Amino acid sequence: MVVRRLLIGVFVMWGAASVIFVIVRAAPGDPAAVFLGPDATKEQIARLTATLGLDKPLFEQYVRYLGDVLRLDFGESYRLGRPAMEAVFERLPATVDLTLTATAIAVVAGLALGLVAGSRPGGAVDRVVSAATIALQSFPTFWVGIMLVLTFALGLRLLPSAGVGTPAHLVLPAVTLAFPFTAIVARLTRSSVTESMREPYVQTARSKGLSERQVLLGHALRNSLIPVVTIVGLQMGALMGGAVIVENVFAWPGLGSLVVDAVANRDYAVVQAVTLLIAGIVMVLNIVADVLYIRLDPRIRTEARS
Amino acid sequence: MSQAAVLPQQVATRRWRRGAPARVPYVVIALYALVALIGPLVIDYDPVHTPLTDRLLAPGSQLSSGGVAWLGTDALGRDILAQVVYGARTSLTIGLATVLVACLVGVTIGVVAGYARGWLDAVLARITDVLQAFPAILLAIVIAGVFARSVPVVVLSLSVTAWISFARVTRGVALSLRERAWVDAARVMGVPVRSIIVRHVLPFTVGPVVALATLEFALVVLAEAGLSFLGIGLPTGAVSWGQTIANGQQYLETAWWISTLPGIALSLLIINMGILGDQLTARYGQRRTRS
Repeated sequence: MVVRRLLIGVFVMWGAASVIFVIVRAAPGDPAAVFLGPDATKEQIARLTATLGLDKPLFEQYVRYLGDVLRLDFGESYRLGRPAMEAVFERLPATVDLTLTATAIAVVAGLALGLVAGSRPGGAVDRVVSAATIALQSFPTFWVGIMLVLTFALGLRLLPSAGVGTPAHLVLPAVTLAFPFTAIVARLTRSSVTESMREPYVQTARSKGLSERQVLLGHALRNSLIPVVTIVGLQMGALMGGAVIVENVFAWPGLGSLVVDAVANRDYAVVQAVTLLIAGIVMVLNIVADVLYIRLDPRIRTEARS
Repeated sequence: MSQAAVLPQQVATRRWRRGAPARVPYVVIALYALVALIGPLVIDYDPVHTPLTDRLLAPGSQLSSGGVAWLGTDALGRDILAQVVYGARTSLTIGLATVLVACLVGVTIGVVAGYARGWLDAVLARITDVLQAFPAILLAIVIAGVFARSVPVVVLSLSVTAWISFARVTRGVALSLRERAWVDAARVMGVPVRSIIVRHVLPFTVGPVVALATLEFALVVLAEAGLSFLGIGLPTGAVSWGQTIANGQQYLETAWWISTLPGIALSLLIINMGILGDQLTARYGQRRTRS
């Protein structure tokens, strides 16, 4: 089971590397000329083309590229003047901070919203929460970020509007990124809570004389946590994508602002390094979520074994 | 007053009341379509024309030309209302084109893979695995950013991942239909595979595909706005909500309306698309989680 997942994972990484190879090679412009800048002479370009192996047949270049990917060597960034992978790893912690905080906010807020909505399906709170989740999911993240800056940084002067430094700098970007994921977690929690409220074990708990609060938190919520774990894993791709946009709104020095800058300046070494690193993270977390899902739910665990 | 005279009216009112909220998304979306279609014919807008005397005017201000800037002006004195109207055209055009491309590609691949199964189906599964390793917006940023700025490139960059959900849904439908009696009957009678797919399988995908297309349209419009917010993809002359929002970011303190108002226009469209998509999914859709 896990081995099969890992094998698919290796295949996916090979595929992802190939997709990036095709895009970068199909891009207009000579990479060697881009690397050396507008002042380069023809001889310099020719020499660099030879050292980069760009004069070899395409298939040979592809094999060499795959070897480089395996060694995590994406070459030198012409703008930063150092290995692309080094720059990427330097930016990684900021993105991890941002996405982890956003995930925590989304899970806590989403669980709370879903729980109050799902405990009384069809009630006033439920209707307000469903309307709110549609709105949360529909707002463009970059606009939400700007509106939060307008309100909390410029209007109320409570929080910094951009940059890094203190934990306060993390609040607005993380909340912005958490917006759509809060909605997703809330929707999921709501439906699984309403579903489990109809289950026999909830009736048993009630007839034992537990308070409604104990029934909700101890029985209904506990079983709703499993799908939440899965959805968090499955939404990793969307979360990283959201981070790319949010980082650019708040000048957050993570992978997202790095990759947009690299794309705009045709810094292909960095583009390749960032996209493949993000693909790798997404893939690993997907596998982790899959495995956790099986581990957490005894019903599926026995099913998978038999 | 006899009862018979009142009742039908009451029934009609009640039915209207119950039906009315459900029709709101249709009305709103129709309004956006109307604005996108005829708005640019009514309102003139030239992104290169920058009357600097009119810069950063608040909504409702008088322009030097005598007109009124109902939604204010930006830092170059350009009208925000006109940018919202022209932006609607850009967003709807790219949204429609992308959904069309994604739908054609996805439905074709999905229906064939679901009906044929075997290696074709396996290849489809692996391709989607690979494409889904990238966040959709990241792949769009890289593709749209690397090639020359143009609308077709933006459409392509968004279609690259958008077709997957169409393929997945139609594959599911085709998979469940291939064992049904009328499909078996057609097969036994020697109807060619292509005709079976077109006449006995494809029609059943229409409902779920329409529901999905609505939701995908919302996602694509959001993604396009994200791209133009980052300054990637669209040619320099194009007007887009994302671009206007980005332009206003540095004037937030003095001119909140530049970023705020196009964002509201965009959010309203996406919210209504989402509600409509949910309605249609509840009516025709397969559960999206099923693969």
